[in-house]
Amino acid sequence: MNSNPHNLVLSTSPFLKRPVDTPLIMRHVIYSLAPVALAAIWFFGVSALLLILTCIGGCMASEMLFEGKVPFRQRTVTDGSAALTGLLLALTLPPGLPLWMALVGSLAAIVVGKIIFGGLGQNVFNPSLTGRAFLQGCFPVPLTTWAAPGGLTDFFTLRGDTFALPFTNPEFDALSAATPLAKMKFDAAGTPLADLFFGNVSGSLGETSALLILLGGAYLAWCRFLNWRIPAGIFITIFAFATILHLANPERFPDGFFHLLSGGLMLGAVYMATDPVTSPVTPRGSWIFASGLGILVVSIREFGGLAEGVMYSILFMNACTPLIDRFTQPRTYGELNTENEPGESRG
Amino acid sequence: MGSPLVEPRAPDDTSPETSGLVMIVTMGVIGLISAVLIVGAYRSTLETIKENKAAFLEKSVFEVLPGTARKITFGANGEELREMGEDEPREFSYHAGYNASGELTGIAIVTEGQGFADTLRILYGYSLECHCIVGMKVLDSRETPGLGDKIMTDPAFRANFDALDVSLNDEGKEIRNPIVLVKPRQKTDPWQIEAISGATISSRAIADMLTASTARSIPFVEQHLAIFKAGGKHGE
Amino acid sequence: MANDTATATPDIAIAATSARDENLEALTRGIWRENPVFVMLLGNCPTLAVTNSVINSLAMGLATTFVLVMSCMIVAMIRDFVPKEVRIACYILVIATFVTIVDYLLQAISFDVHRALGAFISLIVVNCIILGRAEAFASKNSVLKSSLDALGFGIGFTLACLFMGVVREVIGAGSFAGIPLFGPDFAGWSIMILPGGAFFVLGSWLLLFNWLAARRKRRPA
Repeated sequence: MNSNPHNLVLSTSPFLKRPVDTPLIMRHVIYSLAPVALAAIWFFGVSALLLILTCIGGCMASEMLFEGKVPFRQRTVTDGSAALTGLLLALTLPPGLPLWMALVGSLAAIVVGKIIFGGLGQNVFNPSLTGRAFLQGCFPVPLTTWAAPGGLTDFFTLRGDTFALPFTNPEFDALSAATPLAKMKFDAAGTPLADLFFGNVSGSLGETSALLILLGGAYLAWCRFLNWRIPAGIFITIFAFATILHLANPERFPDGFFHLLSGGLMLGAVYMATDPVTSPVTPRGSWIFASGLGILVVSIREFGGLAEGVMYSILFMNACTPLIDRFTQPRTYGELNTENEPGESRG
Repeated sequence: MGSPLVEPRAPDDTSPETSGLVMIVTMGVIGLISAVLIVGAYRSTLETIKENKAAFLEKSVFEVLPGTARKITFGANGEELREMGEDEPREFSYHAGYNASGELTGIAIVTEGQGFADTLRILYGYSLECHCIVGMKVLDSRETPGLGDKIMTDPAFRANFDALDVSLNDEGKEIRNPIVLVKPRQKTDPWQIEAISGATISSRAIADMLTASTARSIPFVEQHLAIFKAGGKHGE
Repeated sequence: MANDTATATPDIAIAATSARDENLEALTRGIWRENPVFVMLLGNCPTLAVTNSVINSLAMGLATTFVLVMSCMIVAMIRDFVPKEVRIACYILVIATFVTIVDYLLQAISFDVHRALGAFISLIVVNCIILGRAEAFASKNSVLKSSLDALGFGIGFTLACLFMGVVREVIGAGSFAGIPLFGPDFAGWSIMILPGGAFFVLGSWLLLFNWLAARRKRRPA
């Protein structure tokens, strides 16, 4: 029994609270990404390490530069969201990307992706993917030049022109290799599934190990920091759609497992599509969001001009999120359907 | 609907209603004046525009056929081939180039096909000396800047068309080695086109267009060489 | 758009001195304070679509200015005897005439620029700056004043196109009017030449102009 009246909390429900706030969630997401980042450094050496540090630093610096400009928000750089944006951005980039381009992407991610919408919680699009889309639009060739993975023995081998002078084009050498999706699209050549699963393929930093991303995602879902419906919905849709296509024409279309494990799908489905700001809040909305995303990804990969479509699919579904949320609002218990015009049916 | 913020313009009651005839006459007069002005502008610029178009084509032909000083355009309908003016109907056009002494240097041919963004139109020059393509110019393109538009600027890709082999087989009916696209830095034979890294689709579009066009046109050109060569003589 | 342009009623006789002021006002208004693109946000289709290089922007601006001045001059001339009921049809006829003429002229002057601008020259006919000025100003004012007003808005539009074109070409291609600025190693930001970049650049200019306007307002006059 608490006799001290000053400790009496007067408020409406909920009365049971977990000590969960933005910094805590951000910290856990970053912890769960650490193995993925370490794997990237293992496969791509010092280039990957520098790229990750540059993106995190660039995003935090941009946030510090502009945080005061957002109304009602004074210090947001310490909540860890900018660092997470930077880490995720780095994981979507090819290992040999010049560092100055990574800085441009970081600035675009924070300013175009977040600040101009009013800061964290107001953004329409996932900031890391906005930064990457900006880079892809600006520098399409460096953004699609991939290095082959290596091991610890060539840790200090640069995977590209990492130190290209600012505002100059990087120079490419023979290190570049095609990603599994590009091989499939342009040369109709497959890649062993085991390589895809453990990450021994060329691609962007976080495109490599599906296993580690799944483990990280499982940890977050277990902590309830992640809406498990979204990745689950994406995986189910993609597997189903790809399998139908594969059965219809096995010559042309790869099977469902290839689609699940290749490209940026794992990272996108687990870490980008689940961004709580830019994905629907209702369970039913989450399923709609996830299945739309899955259909878009397979459609772009199989019928579009690009080899990979995860980034644009997520950005597109981000734009649909307010609409999905609006049409999947649950009815409050006991509420009468009086607001609606006669004839309009909802839910 | 009926927002009070926007006040509808009060109808001007004081002015009498205009009769239909006045309206028709006014618009008719303005239309007539417009017509006169447009026709005047058309007639006075027609010659210059025609010259500009011809000059652009001629310049392009000179670019894809080095050493050319004069151009004559031939039109083909079926097996018929002769010099044709701009407006005569034809199935295909062949732009024959001649050097300063009136000898045939080669034939430039326009072809088009689907690129990454929109229809691509290119002009290529076929040299009689080496039986190969010695130049390629993109006439119309909406390819992505910085990526697909490298088909116009990328030096390694342009080098494909310094001497791209399209010689005929012994029967003279088909190209011995049809043009094929290979990956960057993997060109081994003179009939291969090396793709641009990162712009595979645009590169493939060019290669496909050239394969289709040369398969049709080069045998035709070789069979009608006498007509093309004669063009240079009597045009002197 | 029609209500903020301070259209003087033509019936009122104006003293000679203030008439000169009014003419000056008609000329300068469109260049800066009521800039059609950056302040009134009119005519965004060509502003976004063809401003990917300095030459294209300049050509588009000049072609539009030509159409604007000639159309407004004619509209002001015929304003007294065109019946109200058919005035829009008549204005469109006048505008379409000059667009067709400028299309031919451009083909005759520079075939390459015409190839680059393509269909957007014909689309000047639906540029709302032109019909807007014809309807809101030229149909109620003298020929001289309408021409000055049209010239001012034409210059304003050309300047806005140039502002867009310079930024897009310098960042996107590293050149100014085709002249390379930063040497062969420069990595152009291709997105600036693509349509998407036009939105970024227009947005940035609007940010700057609104910021300037807000600062001016805050300062006591």
